[in-house]
Amino acid sequence: MFENWVNILTYLSQGAWTTISIFLVAALFSFIMAFIAGLSRLSTNLLLRGFTAFYVEIFRGTSLIVQLFWLYYAVPMLFNIDLGSNWWVGVIAIGLNYGAYMSEVVRSSILSINKGQTEASIALNLSRFQRMRQVILPQALRLMLPEFGNYSIQILKGTALVSLIGLSDILYYGDIYRSSNLSEGPIAYFMVLIMYFIIALPLIWLSKKGEKIARKGVAS
Amino acid sequence: MEPIVKYDDVHKSFGDTHVLKGINLDIYPSEKIAIIGPSGSGKTTIIRLLMTLEEPTDGDIIVAGENLWKMEVGGKKKRANEKHLRSVRKDIGMVFQHFNLFPHKTILDNCVMPLVKVKKYKKKEAEEEARRMLDRVGLGDKYDAYPANLSGGQKQRVAMARALVMKPKIMLFDEVTSALDPELVGEVLEVIRDLAEHDEMAMVLVTHEMDFALEIADRVLFLDDGVIAESGTAEEVINQSENPRLQDFLKRFRNSSS
Ligand SMILES: Nc1ncnc2c1ncn2[C@@H]1O[C@H](COP(=O)(O)OP(=O)(O)OP(=O)(O)O)[C@@H](O)[C@H]1O
Ligand SMILES: [Mg+2]
Repeated sequence: MFENWVNILTYLSQGAWTTISIFLVAALFSFIMAFIAGLSRLSTNLLLRGFTAFYVEIFRGTSLIVQLFWLYYAVPMLFNIDLGSNWWVGVIAIGLNYGAYMSEVVRSSILSINKGQTEASIALNLSRFQRMRQVILPQALRLMLPEFGNYSIQILKGTALVSLIGLSDILYYGDIYRSSNLSEGPIAYFMVLIMYFIIALPLIWLSKKGEKIARKGVAS
Repeated sequence: MEPIVKYDDVHKSFGDTHVLKGINLDIYPSEKIAIIGPSGSGKTTIIRLLMTLEEPTDGDIIVAGENLWKMEVGGKKKRANEKHLRSVRKDIGMVFQHFNLFPHKTILDNCVMPLVKVKKYKKKEAEEEARRMLDRVGLGDKYDAYPANLSGGQKQRVAMARALVMKPKIMLFDEVTSALDPELVGEVLEVIRDLAEHDEMAMVLVTHEMDFALEIADRVLFLDDGVIAESGTAEEVINQSENPRLQDFLKRFRNSSS
C-alpha cells in the first residue's frame, strides 16, 4: 500500500512545478499590486484614488474563478489582447485578485500608525516620500506580515483553480489519475491534499514567524 | 531687529469652532516666549500652525521674510505646496507632549536619520553630531537603546536632542512635561533651562509649569478665547495686569497646584 502512495505522489509531482511556479509568481505579483493599490488609495490624487477603489472593489466583489474565465475566454475575444499562455492568465488573475484583498491590508496598516509619527516627521522636515519610506512603512510592514503570511497560503490554495483553464497542475494530475484508476479516487485526492500541505508547510512556518515579529511590536 | 516670525491677523477654525480669532505676534531671534492660558484657548493650535501641522483659515504667518502658507506664482498668491513648506519650515523645530520618537529606530538613529535624509550629512558626521547632542541632554550611555526601553523623561530628552540636531532657528515646545510622572519633570525642565540660557534659538513654550515659564521667559503671552489678551514680561503679566480673566486663571492655577 505504501508503495502505491509513493507511486501516486510521484505521479502528482509532475504537476508540482506548475503549481509552485504559478504560486511564486502570482504571490510576487499580488504583493506588488497590494502596495501599488494600497498606497494609491491613500494618495491625495482623487482620480487615482477613485480608479484604485474601483479595481479593489471589482476584484474583491467577484469570484476568482469567474475572473479567471474572463481573462481566459472573454478578454482575448473582446479586446483582442493576447495574455500569452494560460500560465500567464493564471498568474495575472490570481495576482490581481489577491492583490486587491492585500491592498486593504497595506492601507489599513499604514492608517493604523499613530498620527504623531507623521507629525514628528513633518517637524523634522522629512519629505512626503521620506516620511513614508523611513517612518511609516517600516512600522506598518510589521503589522502586515502575519496577514501577508495568511494570504500567501490562500494564494497557494487558489492556484488549484488553474486546472480549470487547462493547466497541468497538481490537481489536474490528480483528476487524470482518478479517471484512469477509478477505485483509487479517494486515495488519489487524499494524496493531492498531502501534496498541497507539504508545499504550504514553509508558508505556515513563515507566517508564524511573521506573527512573532509583529507581536514584538513597535510600542513607543 | 527684524522678527523671525510674524503672525498677521491669523484665524483658525475647526468646522464651526472659531479657535483663533486674530492672532498678531512678532517673535524675535533668540527670544524665549511662554504661552499660558486656559485649556482649549488655542495655545497648541498657535504653534501647530507655525509647524505647518495645521493650516490657518485666514491671515499670514511670515517666517524669516517668507510667507509660510502662501507662495507667489507668476505674481499671484497661491496655497503653499509641499516644496514651499519644506523650504520655509527648515528653520522650525518642535517637541511634542507624547514624544513621538520613532520606535523602530535606536535613539541614535532617531537623531541620525533626519540629519542624513534632510540635511544630507554624511553618516559619520551625522553620528558625531547626534552623539554630541545626546550627550548634551544626558543620554550619552544610551545610543543603542530603543525608545521602548527608556523612561518618559529620557524619551523626552531624546526628542529634544532629535529636534536640536536640525539646528532650528525657532523651537516649539507643546506641554512637553505633561505626559511625564512628576518625578521625571525636573530632568526635562533642566534641559530646557540650559537651552534657554545658552542657546541662540528662539523658543516658544506652551506649558502648565507656570513658575518655570515665568522664570525663563523673556515674554509671557496670556491666551484667552482665541486672542492674545495680555503680553509682557513675567513681572508685567503676573503682577501688574488687571485683566480679571487672567487674575481668575492665575488664582485657579495657584489653588490647583498647591
Ligand atoms: N483637529 C481638531 N479638530 C477639531 N477641533 C480641534 C482640533 N484641534 C483643536 N481643536 C479645538 O480647538 C480648541 C483649541 O485647542 P488647543 O488644543 O489649541 O487648546 P489648548 O489651549 O492647547 O488646550 P490645552 O491646554 O487643553 O492643551 C479646542 O476647543 C479644541 O477642541
Ligand atoms: Mg494644548
